[in-house]
Amino acid sequence: MNEPRVITPKREDSVVVRFAGDSGDGMQLTGTQFTTTSALLGNDFATFPDFPAEIRAPADTMPGVSAYQLQFSSTDVHTAGDSPDVLVAMNAAALKVSLPMLPAGRTIIVNIDGFGDASLSKAGYTVDPLEDGTLDGYNVIPVPLTTLTIKVLEDSPLSVRDRRRCKNFYALGIMYWLYSRPLETTEEWIRSRFKSKPDIVDANLTALSAGYAYAQASELFQVRYEVPPTPQDPGLYRNISGNKALALGLYSASVRSGLQLFFGSYPITPASDILSELARLKPQGVVTFQAEDEIAAVCSAIGASFGGSIGVTATSGPGLALKGEAIGLAVTTELPLVIVNVQRGGPSTGLPTKTEQSDLLQAMWGRNGECPMAVIAASTPGDCFATAMEAVRIALEYMTPVLLLSDGYIANGAEPWSVPSAADLPEISVQFRTDPEGFEPFLRDPETLARPWVRPGTPGLEHRIGGLAHQDGSGNVSYDPANHEQMTVLREEKIARIAKDIPPAKPFGDDSGDLLLVGWGGTYGSLHAATLAARGKGLSVSHIHLRHINPFPSNLAEVLGSFDRVLVAELNRGQLDVLLRARYLVDTLKLNKVRGQPFSVAEILAAVETALKGEKR
Amino acid sequence: MSLASTVASDPPAYSKKDFASDQTVRWCPGCGDYAILSSVQRVFAKLGIPREKFVIVSGIGCSSRFPYYMNTYGFHTIHGRAPAIATGLKVARPDLSVWVVTGDGDALSIGGNHILHSMRRNVDIKVLLFNNRIYGLTKGQYSPTSEVGKKTKTSPHGSIDRPLQPISIALAAEATFVARTADVYGQHLATVLERAAAHRGSAFVEILQNCNIFNDGAFAGVTDRQTREDEKVDLIHGEPMIFGNNRDRGVRLQGLTPEVVEAGSDGVPQEELLHHDEKTTDPTLAYLLSQLEPPDFPMPMGVFRALEEETYDDAIHRQIRDASGAGPETDLDALLQEGDTWRINAETTDETV
Repeated sequence: MNEPRVITPKREDSVVVRFAGDSGDGMQLTGTQFTTTSALLGNDFATFPDFPAEIRAPADTMPGVSAYQLQFSSTDVHTAGDSPDVLVAMNAAALKVSLPMLPAGRTIIVNIDGFGDASLSKAGYTVDPLEDGTLDGYNVIPVPLTTLTIKVLEDSPLSVRDRRRCKNFYALGIMYWLYSRPLETTEEWIRSRFKSKPDIVDANLTALSAGYAYAQASELFQVRYEVPPTPQDPGLYRNISGNKALALGLYSASVRSGLQLFFGSYPITPASDILSELARLKPQGVVTFQAEDEIAAVCSAIGASFGGSIGVTATSGPGLALKGEAIGLAVTTELPLVIVNVQRGGPSTGLPTKTEQSDLLQAMWGRNGECPMAVIAASTPGDCFATAMEAVRIALEYMTPVLLLSDGYIANGAEPWSVPSAADLPEISVQFRTDPEGFEPFLRDPETLARPWVRPGTPGLEHRIGGLAHQDGSGNVSYDPANHEQMTVLREEKIARIAKDIPPAKPFGDDSGDLLLVGWGGTYGSLHAATLAARGKGLSVSHIHLRHINPFPSNLAEVLGSFDRVLVAELNRGQLDVLLRARYLVDTLKLNKVRGQPFSVAEILAAVETALKGEKR
Repeated sequence: MSLASTVASDPPAYSKKDFASDQTVRWCPGCGDYAILSSVQRVFAKLGIPREKFVIVSGIGCSSRFPYYMNTYGFHTIHGRAPAIATGLKVARPDLSVWVVTGDGDALSIGGNHILHSMRRNVDIKVLLFNNRIYGLTKGQYSPTSEVGKKTKTSPHGSIDRPLQPISIALAAEATFVARTADVYGQHLATVLERAAAHRGSAFVEILQNCNIFNDGAFAGVTDRQTREDEKVDLIHGEPMIFGNNRDRGVRLQGLTPEVVEAGSDGVPQEELLHHDEKTTDPTLAYLLSQLEPPDFPMPMGVFRALEEETYDDAIHRQIRDASGAGPETDLDALLQEGDTWRINAETTDETV
């Protein structure tokens, strides 16, 4: 090898990298390592793991492509980036899937060993795109990654097959050189992850540093970049995904309320990680129950709530459909319950690993009867923590089920999270009724309309509740027409009163203007970034992102009315839009997308500019 | 979480009426449910468990109105799901005595999945399945235990569904306590309920129950005083299976094939008859018994199986205790600060922690 060259890194403010390869190529791991290293360097970041539903689709095919995109920056980051600056393509299929996202002029580091005849044909290429001009206009860096990896590991006792598997670390080494990142964090991770397999530790370490050295020596790489740290508020930070933050939020609510957390769930993508995160917390006294099906999962949580625990279940859209009847039982018996729905593309099985926001109306109305419940939504991976605590607070304070909407994008995506101190977390106060004097199961708190919560085992308060219509106060079965109407209205009013207890809506930007961009849930990053971009261009655009959807903040009508145009952007066909129009008679504009992918900042900005050219409402 | 026993050291003195609620019972006059309600109230009063520790969970159907008539904690839930709700309750609150009241449609049709899983997990809940071989509350459709050929509103040409045998299902799920009794059996019913209450683990009790409106006399052979001694056989642990008004018939096994033989002084010697063993861990014998029914065989009544094994709720709380004991308890701050963290200092220098 040549003497190491000295190349002065070029400063970049923000970079988007996409690692794409076969499902078995370790792209999620590679991306996660790049993220961790960048986080520890002090960059802000946002990630987007984009992987197939199949565990290992046939090798080298398009359905088998697994990708990991991240944006890291020396300024604030709100999304994983519209389009990659650098694509690492491990095979022909990965190139074919990712190329449409790549504007001309961007860099492609391509593993030419993944472009043999068989790989080309499985990707549907009849001619090699590396040679037919397809990549003209791109900065293509062809690297025989597989060959180089096997060669550098010649002395390793590993089989050729196992040596070949180290090529992702070789690629990561190249990227670390290109973006002036240190190797230590990943080296430490390799040592601890494969502790019991020293040969694999050695091989991966060798591949990683060989990749770094290769990029440093090779004339193929003419420039090198550095992305300085982001100025951040002082404090402790960690890299956190939405599902992990949600699990931590639920547990924190249990600590801050002093109640046992009971989590009953059935595995479903993309919510399963919440169950595995909480299952780890047995030493902390968390009870997890992997139920036989979705219905049993919610029912077990209802049983636990009846027993005086915080009953929680988590699922995705298809599971929520199955839970509907049981949620109705919790609504009518007025028991606290949290249902987490990590949304994915639907209907039916739909797109299990892809994001969508199309369960909002199911959350609002997907049950028999007049069946209102609180609905709230998390907006970023880190926000899943606070939203989970808020869900528990509302459930306990109002004796009601609460539906917490997350989605695949924020559930699997990660961002830096400012770690709170336990003592600073809000306390959740709970009072169980123990006094038999004048007790009735459906006596109501005059403020919140919540009924008393009684733990079975409390002497003198034996009572029965159930799914049949029941008398206000006594809870005795009642078919009385006036009572049924009264109870229906009371349950509705109880949810409406939550609005007194949540912060008013406050737009980012101005309190009035030409256009208000309205969103909810996991689209926060894209909408916020688009708003910043629009305002940067001097446009009168503000943004409001709703955490509380049922009930809405009490001043929402006023906020909507203060703008000439209201543009509702959602990853569905217009579900929040239906709610806003029905509730406020507001003539909205819509931006909708159902492609299993998050909004790009550019498409929101384009919609904003188009809307501004149109008429005021 | 403590595993405090539900049995009080100083048991309160209750009478049957302490367990009757103030609600008017709304089953049809003559329904078998009345006798069961009365027996459960009498048995609960004797168990030495404080009244506030009982919770009765039910699904949907005539039998599932049961909790409203019991002065205990009660939860009338949704169709088929009572075992799942009871499981969550018992796991969250091992100190409670949790009972599920269900029927043949509720438990074996719409709720088939949950009943199976609660039993195979050995959750410490007591399931009382009132089997009347008909849908009563929806006014007389055939149920999953109705016999082939049964004519009902929804099977005018005779049911072509092959019935489930509830006891066989419980044994297939390896429930640790499996028993059968009948609404009119008085002391036998009470004894079976007491044994179910004393059992730690999933107890499954099939109670043959007469629906005098839609399926009158479904079990007349084994319940009528004139015929029952000839049509049933009592299961008594360690005893030979002898039955008949004159106790002159017995059940013998030829390989795995049961047969009815002459018993008594002129018949097959007692030691050759099948002896009941409720403690054997292999459920094969109990399953074989569960398949016996008139007219070819007597219907076995009593306890098919009673095994002590660790309950699901005990196992969960054992894991929680063991895990807590395994190392220093991690507090919330330590959990929040787990993973890859970094600290930004006020001087804007950063360092890895």
